[in-house]
Amino acid sequence: MSPLLLLLSLLVLSVAGFLIGQRKALNLAGSVGGTSRLHSLPVYYGALTALWCCLPAFFMFLIWLGFEQSIITALMVADLPDEVRALPPARLNVLINDIRSLASGNIVSGEITPLMRNAAAQYISLKGIGQMITSVIVLVAAVAGVLLVHRRIKPELRARNQVENVVMGLLVVCSTIAIFTTIGIVLSILYEAVRFFQQIPVTDFLFGLEWSPQMAIREDQVGSSGAFGAVPVFAGTILISAIAMFVAAPIGLMSAIFLSEYADRRLRAVAKPLLEILAGIPTVVYGFFAALVVAPMIRNSGAQLGIDVSSESALAAGLVMGVMIIPFVSSLSDDVINAVPQTLRDGAYSVGATRSETIMHVLIPAALPGIVGGLLLAVSRAIGETMIVVMAAGLSANLTANPLQAVTTVTVQIVTLLVGDQEFDSPKTLAAFALGLVLFFGTLFLNVIALTVVRKYRERYE
Amino acid sequence: MNKSTRKSAARSSSGRVKTIDIVNKGLKRRYGKEKRFRFYGLLSIIASAAFLAFLLTSIVSKGYSAFLQTYIKLDVPLEAGMLDKQNPGRSDFQGIIKEAIKDYYPGVTERQDKRELYSLFSSGAAFQLRDEVLNNPSREGSTISLWVLADDDVDMLMKGHIKREVPESQRRLSDKQLRWIERLEKDNRIEKRFNTTFFSAGDSREPELAGIWGAVKGSFYTMLVTLMLSFPIGIAAAVYLEEFAPKNLATDFIEVNINNLAAVPSIVFGLLGLAVFLNFFGMPRSTPLVGGIVLMLMTLPTIIIASRAALKAVPPSIREAALGVGSSKLQVVASHVLPLALPGMLTGTIIGMAQALGETAPLLMIGMVAFIVDIPGGFTDPSAVMPVQIYLWADSPERAFVERTSAAIMVLLAFLISMNAVAVVLRKRFERRW
Repeated sequence: MSPLLLLLSLLVLSVAGFLIGQRKALNLAGSVGGTSRLHSLPVYYGALTALWCCLPAFFMFLIWLGFEQSIITALMVADLPDEVRALPPARLNVLINDIRSLASGNIVSGEITPLMRNAAAQYISLKGIGQMITSVIVLVAAVAGVLLVHRRIKPELRARNQVENVVMGLLVVCSTIAIFTTIGIVLSILYEAVRFFQQIPVTDFLFGLEWSPQMAIREDQVGSSGAFGAVPVFAGTILISAIAMFVAAPIGLMSAIFLSEYADRRLRAVAKPLLEILAGIPTVVYGFFAALVVAPMIRNSGAQLGIDVSSESALAAGLVMGVMIIPFVSSLSDDVINAVPQTLRDGAYSVGATRSETIMHVLIPAALPGIVGGLLLAVSRAIGETMIVVMAAGLSANLTANPLQAVTTVTVQIVTLLVGDQEFDSPKTLAAFALGLVLFFGTLFLNVIALTVVRKYRERYE
Repeated sequence: MNKSTRKSAARSSSGRVKTIDIVNKGLKRRYGKEKRFRFYGLLSIIASAAFLAFLLTSIVSKGYSAFLQTYIKLDVPLEAGMLDKQNPGRSDFQGIIKEAIKDYYPGVTERQDKRELYSLFSSGAAFQLRDEVLNNPSREGSTISLWVLADDDVDMLMKGHIKREVPESQRRLSDKQLRWIERLEKDNRIEKRFNTTFFSAGDSREPELAGIWGAVKGSFYTMLVTLMLSFPIGIAAAVYLEEFAPKNLATDFIEVNINNLAAVPSIVFGLLGLAVFLNFFGMPRSTPLVGGIVLMLMTLPTIIIASRAALKAVPPSIREAALGVGSSKLQVVASHVLPLALPGMLTGTIIGMAQALGETAPLLMIGMVAFIVDIPGGFTDPSAVMPVQIYLWADSPERAFVERTSAAIMVLLAFLISMNAVAVVLRKRFERRW
């Protein structure tokens, strides 16, 4: 049975279990004198039956789904001839991938040998057997669950409490997914990054000035030997983010001030949705726009002034990224400015300050922690932004502070290193995870500071 | 005039400097400053608006022409014996088309010229003929008059993106090809029609054969996975954290995690998907299933935060009343609090889904960037999604892909705007102030 069909039949069985449990409870109620003699409402007996039907079975299904591929692959590899299994791990992996794609009818990288064809047939049959066994186990578990609960249904069964306990457990599990996601991110990135640092020393990575990750795959191949000094990449990221913040911070902040302190209701009704649209435009659209319209525009105007501008200049990517961040800065600052108590404004007005003086000398100093927090979040957003820089910034790592030249960023490098064919033991691929590690902890650092500052600030005026 | 002002007026006549004078002297400067400040605020709003207008107009002006496509009318003589008897679908349609083109231009004999001539027509013309023949099997022996797709260079010429005035060496069509096209124009055999291919086809290397339907379906399946996972999980998490969770270190930790995940760069979720779902669990690459799960993890914080705000807005009196008539805590939430908070939760979910629909970076990491021609039919078929399709087309060098990219952006923006409009309507319609 295919997984989808299996899930559907599980659903049908659960509904049946619900009806069976409810019916049994109603029958019992009839014999003991009304539903009020039951501990719980009949619905709960039905729900308990359905839960016992689907939860254990679904759990088994998930376990199989998680380990299906590795178990089947292990079994298939065990059946391969000895001389094939003696291949170096990298070659063996390529072969296994080819057999898998052959089995699923996809394109294979090399030529198809009889050995591979046999192995693919073996793979398919193993997969079929595995699916059959799972289907039987899952369905048996489901039916067994129904029967088990059905026998236990008595008027004094505390069905509601049991159902509520299970539901509560599910709620807790759902709310811990955020923790597991974080753990998953940290562990997966750390694991691959550590493998990278086993081949390239950490100090070379963090302080090296040369970045050219193209490694020669074969010994005799002409090409660079690969250099993994990430300083130019970090510098490029900082340059582009700085340009973006140079655009976004003043414009975003002034928009927020204008909207919350000056604008009348009509203007606000127009301007707020406008900023929301700007925030809702996908970054790939900004990237397309930056590469196709803004970059040539900057290049042409540079040419007219006699300045040589790269067609992938940091300026184009930074400017467009800045525009993307404007609504982010503006909405965060808006919240913060609105949280400043009215009494502070009134106090300033009463001593004769103009509006702009009130804003500059009272509101902004009072809101400063919140504004700084918001700006830090915006910086973290700019550092992590991917599509705009992938489409509009360069690939070559230049160590320069000139915004008219092409620079590359952490996210661009991650994308270029990981898109396409990957080998999971070459430093080239693993370098992406090392960069990811820096990116994750860099933004985490900014976020934690920003969120703490903002929270502290909120508490001050609440 | 009261006493104090009279006193100060008296003092001013005696020649000493008064505070009011200092104030008055500075007033003009201060008002000017005030005006300038206000002007800067207005200017920054105008700057945002101008940029938005610039972006939208440049995309629409580049993209609207992609909704039309140039077609050429070709008279195809289907002589008996041209079609494969056993298997008409496998006849040499390419050859038949070439014959038809040769019939129309009898003067072209040189090999090089012939090749240039054939390149005016799309390679999709043969498929059009095939469909026509298979749908009407009785046409053999007669001449079919068929509007076939023109090549993308011809299309660009007709739309004015390739200029006829520029010297031959700087344009993608030779002078000869221009003369052939002029003949077609004179005979009214070339015209622009609504581009159905764009809305019905999958990706292709040939711009005139490329469409967004494959990407739209891929996006649909991906969003379905995301919605089915993130909506129940997000609401469950929000309900637990808002209604049941005790205030302790563990729940604080969960909260910090959620707030932080909301600010983690999206590409990091892609790295997670690559390392865990693809490499560790061995799930299939480039599929809506994995894409949906990764986007679910990414949108979950948004949905949880919005749902918690919606739950918070339900007044405690509702809960107390339900508890008072003997409901259990879970019954209170399930039958009283949740229905009241649901519109707010739905709004948050739709906004989260709109975010996920426009997201590209994490999907690049899990291989959804592959060139996929087939239209996906399920959750485990390799597929593209709309933003990735835009990214792929934006990278293609052909001029005709620029307008198709812009058109695809217009379609994507239309989806996003309608989703946000639904969210706004939902909020307006069901918003309740207690």
